[in-house]
Amino acid sequence: MRELRYREALREAMLEEMERDERVFLMGEEVGHYQGAYKVSEGLLDKFGERRVIDTPIAEAGFAGIGIGAAMVGLRPIIEFMTWNFSFVAFDQIISNAAKIHQMSAGALQVPIVFRGPNGSARQVASQHSHAVAPFYVSIPGLYVCQPSTPRDAKGLLKTAIRSNNPVVFLEGETLYGVKGEVPDEGVEELIPFGESRVARNGADCTIVTWGRPYYVAMAAAEKLAADGTECEVIDPRTLRPLDMGPIIESVRRTNRCVVVHEHWPYGGPGAEIVDRVQREAFDYLDAPVERVTGLDVPMPYALNLENEVLPTEERIIDAVKRVSYAK
Amino acid sequence: MAKIIGLPKLSPTMEEGTLVSWAKKEGDTVDVDDLLAEVETDKATMEFRSFDRGVLLKILVPEGVTLEAEVPVAIIGKAGEDITELLAQVESAGAAATEAAPAAESAPAAESAPESASASVSAAESGPASAPESVPAPVSASAPGSRGGRVISSPLVRRLARERSIDLRSVQGSGPHGRIVKRDIESYAGPVAARSMLGGERLPPEVRQASSMRRTIARRLTESKQTIPHYYLTIDCDIGPLSDARKAMNAELEADGKKVSLNDLIIKAAAVALRRVPEVNASFMGKEIHYHQVVDISVAVAVDEGLMTPVIRDADRKGIGQIAEEVRELAGRARDRKLSIEEMTNGTFSISNLGMYGIEEFTAVINPPEAAILAVGTIREEPIVQAGAVVPGRRMRFTMSCDHRIVDGATGARYLAAFKRIIESPLNMLL
Repeated sequence: MRELRYREALREAMLEEMERDERVFLMGEEVGHYQGAYKVSEGLLDKFGERRVIDTPIAEAGFAGIGIGAAMVGLRPIIEFMTWNFSFVAFDQIISNAAKIHQMSAGALQVPIVFRGPNGSARQVASQHSHAVAPFYVSIPGLYVCQPSTPRDAKGLLKTAIRSNNPVVFLEGETLYGVKGEVPDEGVEELIPFGESRVARNGADCTIVTWGRPYYVAMAAAEKLAADGTECEVIDPRTLRPLDMGPIIESVRRTNRCVVVHEHWPYGGPGAEIVDRVQREAFDYLDAPVERVTGLDVPMPYALNLENEVLPTEERIIDAVKRVSYAK
Repeated sequence: MAKIIGLPKLSPTMEEGTLVSWAKKEGDTVDVDDLLAEVETDKATMEFRSFDRGVLLKILVPEGVTLEAEVPVAIIGKAGEDITELLAQVESAGAAATEAAPAAESAPAAESAPESASASVSAAESGPASAPESVPAPVSASAPGSRGGRVISSPLVRRLARERSIDLRSVQGSGPHGRIVKRDIESYAGPVAARSMLGGERLPPEVRQASSMRRTIARRLTESKQTIPHYYLTIDCDIGPLSDARKAMNAELEADGKKVSLNDLIIKAAAVALRRVPEVNASFMGKEIHYHQVVDISVAVAVDEGLMTPVIRDADRKGIGQIAEEVRELAGRARDRKLSIEEMTNGTFSISNLGMYGIEEFTAVINPPEAAILAVGTIREEPIVQAGAVVPGRRMRFTMSCDHRIVDGATGARYLAAFKRIIESPLNMLL
């Protein structure tokens, strides 16, 4: 295996799928001539030309709708939002059209489309541009929602997303684009199916469920806890819809405790959903209430010191693990 | 008008009962015959149904407490009714009972009063009672890991406690609010074995409350051995013919998917023998002797916490197939503790079989007021001498414990001889 950055892994996924299937095209703001706002699409315009790598005006509702229409008539668009915050003006297209057409046409039409882009806080982009949007989209039947944490998962899941015959919300992370990680060698094709959680770290004392940016915070916290003798099992669901609870429940039955760590707000969303399912499916195995470490319940402040407090921290994760372990 | 509801006597022999669970909660509407609570009596868990209509205004005793019959457990009345006076009455009766207890115990008039009660939640609650309206002192909830009378523990701990039969009231909780958590239950169960193996500190016995079934067994068997002059007769039988008969019957029954056991045949044989020697089918009742007109065989069944004796009615007149079916059905319900009082009382003769454990012979304790009990051993394959030659034999030993007050040695011996004739020549059952 080789090491790639998260953005390079995503680019390879798009490049391979565009080479494999000429119906696949990329559309969004600055994806072409500027080589991508975060350089994810770097080089794709030169390789595939303007018919398949299309720069759009700042009009998310419009190009999301064009993408949905193109998908309905047989193309396989990848729609890039410069950030998921801007998807809000295209919300109606995603919810009312992309997620519904297949059902409303009694199966006559399909919408094989991927909406992708960076999600969540970046660094000091303040309240309007720091949304972790998973709770909004994960509650919609008719959508798949992926949120890969590692380069390998990013590539394998994006390839599966592009080949999906139904709309996929693909949540990346601005702060993750530079993260390096192992990815299968060139020529080795890996498709990661939706609905398969990944056990990232083994441990017998506490189960941590986490995804996205806090995945790395939780892994670091787990190392510190291990130094004190508490071994955490860290599980990344990778797709939030469908959600694979199997390994999570199996793990909680062994560890008897669970902490869910995520960036999105605490009210509802996949974090609360996971807690609900754990308490129902592993009730007789829980030795402590399931805890969550979340983004705090406030609009994101601009000040860096405050932003750092709002996002899940190692300290808060360690405290939560200790609480469910009744340590100290 | 509101009234105090006492714990009813749910069976003729019930002296006390454990209030296992309430089916209603305070504020619930109650109709006549509604299930109020489940009560564990000396042998079964029984339904406690309401004789009254109204609203359950107050629950006076928590779940898990053992009480004498008639002790107040609840107040039922109209919604919103003032019950302070009734509550005061209940409380003062409790206090009075505690004070009056020593006197009541020595008074001859105490015959009508139940024995002194002891609630099983904690030693502090025992409230010896002399009058029907007496109650134990209000339950104190100071047991470790409990709050407001309820044990606080994690779901995992509750499951482990169920699996390991640990009474959580005896476990100290170390979590928030005294919650019992995994490490508490593990340190509770674990170190006992580990430390005593190391030969270090000598640990005191683990104290558990005896179940009401265990206490009933203790009381009745002590009474039996202390008041009945037991003597024992053992007879050794050739079990070959009966085994062969069973094999032949089972071959017949195979098509219907049915089976009879050797024990079923022994029940039948014992019942038929009782018809032939009816003096054994009797009860000594002080100044009278009751010769039973029916042959009802009590069959001892081992259950988780002790022993039960479901009764096969008219075993002398029933077919062996029917006996087999009844035994299987009753034993199954005995293990689930779903037998009614009627189904396990008023037998006229008992059979206890420990053959399946390889026991060759043993003596059993008479189940009063029956006059005898037959203890059945295992089948022994051994050489026997028959007409001067050694041949392979199948033998079984039966030991009958008899009440010498009504069954003299010769009578008992005549019974066993009649029984042996049937066992060794099963066709005899048909005569």
